[in-house]
Amino acid sequence: MTIDVALIIKAIIILLIFGITLLIAMYSTYGERKVAAFMQDRIGPNRAGPFGLLQPLADAVKMFFKEDFIPSQASKWLFILGPCLSMLTALMTSAVIPFGDSVKYESAPGKVWDIPVQAIDVNIGILYVFGVVSLGVYGIMVGGWASNNKFSLLGAIRAASQNISYEISMGLAIIAILMMTGSLSIRHIVEQQHGGNWNIFYQPLGFIIFITCAFAECNRTPFDLPECETELIGGYHTEYSSMKLGFYLFAEYINMFVSSAMISSLYFGGYNYPGMDWVQAQLTSSLGEIAGHNVGTLIGTLVFFAKSLFFVFFYMWVRWTLPRFRYDQLMNLGWKALIPLAMINIILTGGAILFLKPLIVSFLK
Amino acid sequence: MDFSSFLNNLTPATGFFYFLSFLTILTGLMVVLSKNPIHSVLYLIATFFCLSGHYVLLNAQFLAAVNIIVYAGAIMVLFLFVIMFLNLKQEDEESKTNLTKIAAMVTGGTLFLIFVAVFRKTQFGAFNAYSFDSQVGMVESLGEVLYKDYLLPFELASILFLVAMIGAVMLGRREAGDRHF
Repeated sequence: MTIDVALIIKAIIILLIFGITLLIAMYSTYGERKVAAFMQDRIGPNRAGPFGLLQPLADAVKMFFKEDFIPSQASKWLFILGPCLSMLTALMTSAVIPFGDSVKYESAPGKVWDIPVQAIDVNIGILYVFGVVSLGVYGIMVGGWASNNKFSLLGAIRAASQNISYEISMGLAIIAILMMTGSLSIRHIVEQQHGGNWNIFYQPLGFIIFITCAFAECNRTPFDLPECETELIGGYHTEYSSMKLGFYLFAEYINMFVSSAMISSLYFGGYNYPGMDWVQAQLTSSLGEIAGHNVGTLIGTLVFFAKSLFFVFFYMWVRWTLPRFRYDQLMNLGWKALIPLAMINIILTGGAILFLKPLIVSFLK
Repeated sequence: MDFSSFLNNLTPATGFFYFLSFLTILTGLMVVLSKNPIHSVLYLIATFFCLSGHYVLLNAQFLAAVNIIVYAGAIMVLFLFVIMFLNLKQEDEESKTNLTKIAAMVTGGTLFLIFVAVFRKTQFGAFNAYSFDSQVGMVESLGEVLYKDYLLPFELASILFLVAMIGAVMLGRREAGDRHF
């Protein structure tokens, strides 16, 4: 009986995380149009509902009512599989992100369940994320090839080579963090940043490399070469229509939110915020042990979402500020600039851990 | 033991093992039997996923994740990449002569024979609940074994990779005067 309630809380948390991810991705499309409008001194969508808030729903309805067209020479099953794979890999990553501390629940007096606000806490969380990210390219490649269109194929191949190139420097940037934390679990990495010890202060170079690679992995401007409409019509989804196209576009927004969540949990302390311990102590003394802890967790989760949403905004900001790279510039940046920088970062981190840290510790004594 | 009692005695883990094995063999066969090379590659990716499932069942999470990242995520993308550039409409008659078919049959059959001969007589170590360590496949214990007991082979293997990498770069390098495509 008692285990059942704990399981139900866990199930609610998982469903909430899933739903919130989808909801945020949905309103990112609205946000993107509003931000774009703001930057270009326009008004943006304002017809559907108050402030145009129902615009994403209207878009979804429009997508569903369009003709679902499959080209006659296309490989039919792979054509359907493409957008499915894109959605699947986009949604899988959010499973290991710690959205908050933990929810406490007292089933019987003295028997307290401590349920982390995270779908699964695997001890290889970073590797899981990395694996899913490396699979993300298949949706695009399969869809682009199955369309039987030269522009689609070119877009797919561009996407694949771009993702492979930037995955390497992304992994190398993460390795520097792993050297500092000594754990592959994202929850551990977040917990170690408690008390203002955010990784951004120790890994500024790693952060710049990571965020550049995240832009490239999400195919966002200035790295949106797989779908650049001025050269390739629409890139890998040229032949797609109706909700299949919708899935491709939607997967991009989910990826954007998930990578923002990853950036905030790896470099910006996740659900930690300055003065966290003081707030926690005040809440526990005024509301009691369990309720205070839960309210504190809620505040932490809200802080986490605030950080993530800031980075979603940052994605849009960059999109409407910077022009697109040329393809050889993209490859040169990935292979000749970011990978050596990431390696230097690893060596510097290793040196600092081995020599600088003992020096500072002995100096403080 | 007949089939119904076998099904009744099935634990979830064993059931999952048999399902996964069935899937592995099925996708493995489809790799060979598919006419279209793209389909073959996609089935091969599915096979790697099944193998990763086996690693998880063996409590080797790290190996499972690395298998997905390296094989399914990197190497197979390159395979797919190359095959997509080929013109698949032209039938490649070169590789379908009777001689190559017979040669493939002989080598494959010999390998199969050796496998059967080896595994028929092998004594497999039985499961021991007392000496079993559930943490054996975790990153920490793997790292300890790799960097303590097998340090030299590990370093030698990494030098081998470095040599292969430099060799690939040398082969693909543009000579002075080569055309820039």
